Amino acid sequence: MFDAISPQLLFGQLLIGLINGSFYAMLSMGLAIIFGLMNVVNFAHGAQYMLGAFTAWLLLNYLGVPYWGALVLAPVIVAAVGMAMERAVLRPLQHLDHLYGLLATYAVALIVEGLIRQRYGATGMPYPSPINGGVNLGFMFLPWYRFYVVIFSIVICLGTWLLIEHTRLGAYLRAANEKPDIVESFGVNVPRMITLTYGFGVGLAALSGVLAAPIYQVSPSMGTSLMITVFAVVVIGGIGSISGAIMTGYVLGLVEALTKVFYPAGAGMVVFVVMIIVLLMKPNGMFSSPERL
Amino acid sequence: MRDEVTTAGILSVNDLHAWYAESKALHGISFEVREGELLTLIGRNGAGKTTTLRSIMGIVRKRTGSVRFRNEELIDKRIYQIARKGLAYCPEERAIFSSLSVKENLTLPPVLQKGGMADDELLKAFPNLQRRASSQGTKLSGGEQQMLAIARILRTGSRFLLLDEPSEGLAPVVVKEIAELIRKLKRQGFTIILVEQNLRFARSVADRHVIVENGRVVDILTSDALSQDMARVQSYLGV
Repeated sequence: MFDAISPQLLFGQLLIGLINGSFYAMLSMGLAIIFGLMNVVNFAHGAQYMLGAFTAWLLLNYLGVPYWGALVLAPVIVAAVGMAMERAVLRPLQHLDHLYGLLATYAVALIVEGLIRQRYGATGMPYPSPINGGVNLGFMFLPWYRFYVVIFSIVICLGTWLLIEHTRLGAYLRAANEKPDIVESFGVNVPRMITLTYGFGVGLAALSGVLAAPIYQVSPSMGTSLMITVFAVVVIGGIGSISGAIMTGYVLGLVEALTKVFYPAGAGMVVFVVMIIVLLMKPNGMFSSPERL
Repeated sequence: MRDEVTTAGILSVNDLHAWYAESKALHGISFEVREGELLTLIGRNGAGKTTTLRSIMGIVRKRTGSVRFRNEELIDKRIYQIARKGLAYCPEERAIFSSLSVKENLTLPPVLQKGGMADDELLKAFPNLQRRASSQGTKLSGGEQQMLAIARILRTGSRFLLLDEPSEGLAPVVVKEIAELIRKLKRQGFTIILVEQNLRFARSVADRHVIVENGRVVDILTSDALSQDMARVQSYLGV
């Protein structure tokens, strides 16, 4: 069985796995941050990721803003839209059952995707890669842009993790995850903190979208298909655990890739098989401690 | 009457009603706290003492009536706005954050007004916390957690403290330490509302006692009157 597999196939798939894992990690990290503070499962995350890619495409085609400009602008724009949505839609639901928040974000996702499909159609639109060429490693060809995406996402994940686990700002966030009223009783403006945190999570989704635009096509449904896997990643990692989300994201990207090499038919379902096994053995997920649930 | 309020009390609670979801917990609480005074709220479990503190602080959102602090109405304010006026709250469960180290717990509250204790002052005043600065907050003993919970609100510079049963569940020797700390805070001019079930503890530190029963104030006594009439107070407490 093993000698039938060429290094090109193996390493090619591993690279794809690493790329997918990068997106799983960044998206599930954003979900974990939002869930930790707000207890809202942000079903609009996929739509916000798509909006990031879409905003980059619009900026390029209507205003001539190149990729590097969009990499900064698109997340900021989408985060601002996200914060407005938090104020208008999520805040009034804050003191109700968390199911309402989930349903509201799902509704927003459907509306946003529907509007974009209506205006731009369902087919994907190409986005030119800002870095061309690549390097021949002998056993495989590595496009520079993909290499850059992997490195960039690792930097983003590590940076976010450091910010949350090792800074004063992060200490506020961790504390507010546990007991928001007590943090507020210290004089911290927790409502504003919630808005900014939601904006940060949404910004991360949009940033992932911009990174994804040159690799995948920019299409209204690009988020939906990805999010199904990302939600499985979040469940496996443990809802609300930042480091868990990051590690699970990369590992499952690679697991998926290896499955594609050794048992192609199982590649589409391996993540969900892992999810079921983890749920049976550790219902809170691999990395969640009971307090941080 | 109004003048008396402004000169005598820095906090006046008037006809305070409060609800948890649909069930009503306070039915018109009224009392006043003078500057530099240590006032206790005494009553049975479920009488409404904790709810009173949480309503003053804004943590119980559904509330009516009036809570005036330095002549400013707080009843329509949010928790963080109330905190920024100079009130600080230490809950019964101590609320130490498990995902934060002792040091992070201690230094989390921002400095809101001048006069907050600096970090090195706090660590000097609470040497136990210094020694265990990097351990997880919830790994401390009950007494140490209580010290930490009080210490960290001193950082904000608030001069008005709401302390909910700081002696609860602690060994007598630790209760003594907490009492000493509270006396020291009073000497330093802090104004304190203390919820307490332990009458001896309450009597040893407080100026006046507000007796709460079924969400209402039924009596207000000085410490001397309390000592003379222990029987009556114990009948309120049902002991």
